[in-house]
Amino acid sequence: MDDLLKDFLTESADNLGRLDNDIVELERRPEDIALLNSVFRTIHTIKGTCGFLGLARLESVAHVAENVLDRLRAGQLKTSAELIGDVLAAIDCIKHVLNELELHEVEPEGNDDALVARLGRWLQVRSTRTPLSSPVLAPVPETTDAPHVPVASASVAAPAATASASTSVTPAVAQHAVKSDGAVTAEHGDHPEPTETRSAIAESSLRVGVDLLDTLMNLVGELALGRNQLLQLAGAHEESPFAKPVQHLDRVTTDLLDAVMRTRMQPIGNAWTKLPRLVRDLSHSSGKQITLVMHGAETELDRQILQAIADPLTHMVRNSADHGVESSAVRLAAGKSENGTVRLSARHEGGHVVIEISDDGAGIDSAKVRRKAVERGLLRADLADTIPDAQVLRFIFEPGFSTAETITNVSGRGVGMDVVRSNIEMIGGTVELQSQLGRGTTVRVKIPLTLAIISALLVGTAGETFAVPQIGIVELVCVTDEQRSLVEVIHGAKFYRLRDTLLPMVSLRELLGLGVSDTERTSNIVVCQVGNMRFGLVVEEVFDTQEIVVKPVGRLIKHLQAYAGCTITGDGRVIMILDTTGISSVAGVATNESRDEAASAAEAAERARIAAAVNDNESILLFDAGYPALQAVPLALVARLEEFPLSALEEVDGQCLVQYRGGLMPVMRANPALDLRAKDPRPVIVFSDRNRIMGLAVDEIRDIVEDRVVLQRLSARPGILGVCVIAEHATEVLDTDYYLRLAHGQSAASNAATTDDRSATAHLVTETTGE
Amino acid sequence: MSTTTAVRPASTNGAARAAASTESPANAHAEYVTFRLAEQWLGIPVLAVQEVLAAQRIARVPMAPHAIAGFLNLRGQIVTALDLRTTLRLDARASDGAVMNVVVRHEGELFAFMVDEVGDVVSVPNQSVEGTPASLDARWRAASVGIVRREHDLLLVLSVNEVIRLEHVAS
Repeated sequence: MDDLLKDFLTESADNLGRLDNDIVELERRPEDIALLNSVFRTIHTIKGTCGFLGLARLESVAHVAENVLDRLRAGQLKTSAELIGDVLAAIDCIKHVLNELELHEVEPEGNDDALVARLGRWLQVRSTRTPLSSPVLAPVPETTDAPHVPVASASVAAPAATASASTSVTPAVAQHAVKSDGAVTAEHGDHPEPTETRSAIAESSLRVGVDLLDTLMNLVGELALGRNQLLQLAGAHEESPFAKPVQHLDRVTTDLLDAVMRTRMQPIGNAWTKLPRLVRDLSHSSGKQITLVMHGAETELDRQILQAIADPLTHMVRNSADHGVESSAVRLAAGKSENGTVRLSARHEGGHVVIEISDDGAGIDSAKVRRKAVERGLLRADLADTIPDAQVLRFIFEPGFSTAETITNVSGRGVGMDVVRSNIEMIGGTVELQSQLGRGTTVRVKIPLTLAIISALLVGTAGETFAVPQIGIVELVCVTDEQRSLVEVIHGAKFYRLRDTLLPMVSLRELLGLGVSDTERTSNIVVCQVGNMRFGLVVEEVFDTQEIVVKPVGRLIKHLQAYAGCTITGDGRVIMILDTTGISSVAGVATNESRDEAASAAEAAERARIAAAVNDNESILLFDAGYPALQAVPLALVARLEEFPLSALEEVDGQCLVQYRGGLMPVMRANPALDLRAKDPRPVIVFSDRNRIMGLAVDEIRDIVEDRVVLQRLSARPGILGVCVIAEHATEVLDTDYYLRLAHGQSAASNAATTDDRSATAHLVTETTGE
Repeated sequence: MSTTTAVRPASTNGAARAAASTESPANAHAEYVTFRLAEQWLGIPVLAVQEVLAAQRIARVPMAPHAIAGFLNLRGQIVTALDLRTTLRLDARASDGAVMNVVVRHEGELFAFMVDEVGDVVSVPNQSVEGTPASLDARWRAASVGIVRREHDLLLVLSVNEVIRLEHVAS
């Protein structure tokens, strides 16, 4: 893109952002000449520059808007909502054209005749005394301006008066004809006008590329690394002549690090610039009276975060103004002041930025939300009333909860709040909502100061170190040898019985192809939360948590979903940052449909309560043994699922054996008619009990389902306990004990004593008798 | 890498591109940083090279394409290390084999080409850069833009873009 055009676009974007607010402000304080001048100047600059760049469409709109503003300045027009509305429309049009310009580098097709005509009315109708192109027009602003010029800048304004005396005589229309010339000279005359302070601010800041800031950040990070090494060296020798200079270096480096970090920070007010305009437009279109009060606009946070929260904030403020605040009549009837207020505040709080959006509107009726949640199956009807209001309101963040009905019945809110929540959670923030019926609603957003630095847990596997972002970690579980029985293996997939849930386990070592761990030693499970789903990441070592600087990975490994980036640790090593979301999809655990909404601690407790009320289900393994019906066995009784190549199955002494874990394991056929040779490899279910172990050769492992085993009918066939209904099909339930005894050639009698204390089988027997 | 060969039909293209890349009159010279891989000397334009580093501590990236040896930390910047032996399908580097890193910048990103030895910077007249012979291995031909006949040996001129593209396509 042309450099000139690029500069113009950047400059205009800045100016226009300010313009919206200035004009809204102007509506309130029409007598503020400094403000009016500022608005005029901005439009004027845009007009001048686009004439210079040959942007005809932009120029025509800017030109007529400028003329209207000039009238205002001259006191020949009075501000009114209608007039301000028209000027805002012109600014919108300018923004639109600028956007198109940025994308395509040419002005978009179309014309703005209607808009120009509308603005033109203000020039025609009330200017009978001063015709459009009258030369008398120009000097007028000077005389009206003069009394308002602050004393301090009077001396500066004086030369300006003479300058404009010569140039401003060029009337508006004539100026149009001599485009560039007129624009340049007129601008010249404009500069020294009143607002001295504004230009002083402009001069004290400087536009710097983000690249340069990133480079600075890198270098300072490296400097800190060098400092650390020096500190170690100097610390070893107390008498060292280097001690003092190193100490000094230490202090300076710390300050430098801090200062460089601050360069990335921007006041949150930058994300708020659109809001006054938004609220103004809303209150005009809805006929409500709404005041937007903003506090803490100077609160600083990272540029990246700022961009990420701008849209959610806009959304929430719109919600508050649109649905929260009631119409004047309703407010008066409720004994509130006619004028509704939307408050927006930001402040630092313990390394985070807390933003609150509150209104004094109608609030949210939790009873209606409760009803809606039950309707949508998010909440069990019988439990609905036992859940506190605060938790009920969280349903508003559920996807799709924002239906039209909700808007009308529940006084709005909830429109796309799920998107708001996911956007905020994406940058590691949280959002809470409180509401009092009739008193108003407050949304509290807590976000980190920066994305560039995250808190991460360092873990190790196969001698490599990785960082896992803290935000995705729910808890850490250490699995000792005694607890190994809590690890279930189903057809190669591992699960961990974590309290009342079955947690899919993903071995980091295997996922990253670092080889299979030969020793089954103590491992650690990092329980990760991705969306509504949890899984356990199995690692060998857990180190500590660190604040790490996130750096992007290069293009050559960008396609690897397992990584979110990389970082450089304090000792200069590069380590990879794992992406828990990516890992869950690579490992294929993401498809797990979660039972209900995401878990805050309170919700998890709630879920446990609900689960306790329903949980008679157990996991049941379904397999095909060549019978018409599938066979089932409770998963709790299954040790492992294996597949053995045919060659591994050896026939010895009339029994089929396989070498397994350093011993020989007898393999039984689940169906006498089963031809072992028909399938290679052969799926085998391994059962173990005490020191006995056996394999059951089956045709196919079908599924694992959650259901109750309630025997409907006992079976006379050996090896089958009975028939029950599982997943809506009649299914035979395997008698594992029969096969274990058979495999080890023990008589039923000699084993009878031990059978009784086998809790697992006993469990099945209870079901039988209970029926 | 049949796809890469397919898009490069004529070997003479290489010479044309090498000459075009320097955009100078016929008698102009171009300077190349030379380095050795096994027995072969190769060169890349000196302007593409940011610096040369001795062996560095390299962090492995599990699951990354084979030729990516890992990441190294160059004064706080992450550099992707490419083992050119793997990229050019030479025998794997012996674990105690000598390594030098030629750091190049490609589209704003830093890469370290891991080579066996770094030689001199040589100045070569543009017209003596000949097209890559068609009989050369497809992968080598894809990565190179020309060949220089030197007194005792041949110097193969590599294109930084193409070397990185080879791995990019692979991933």
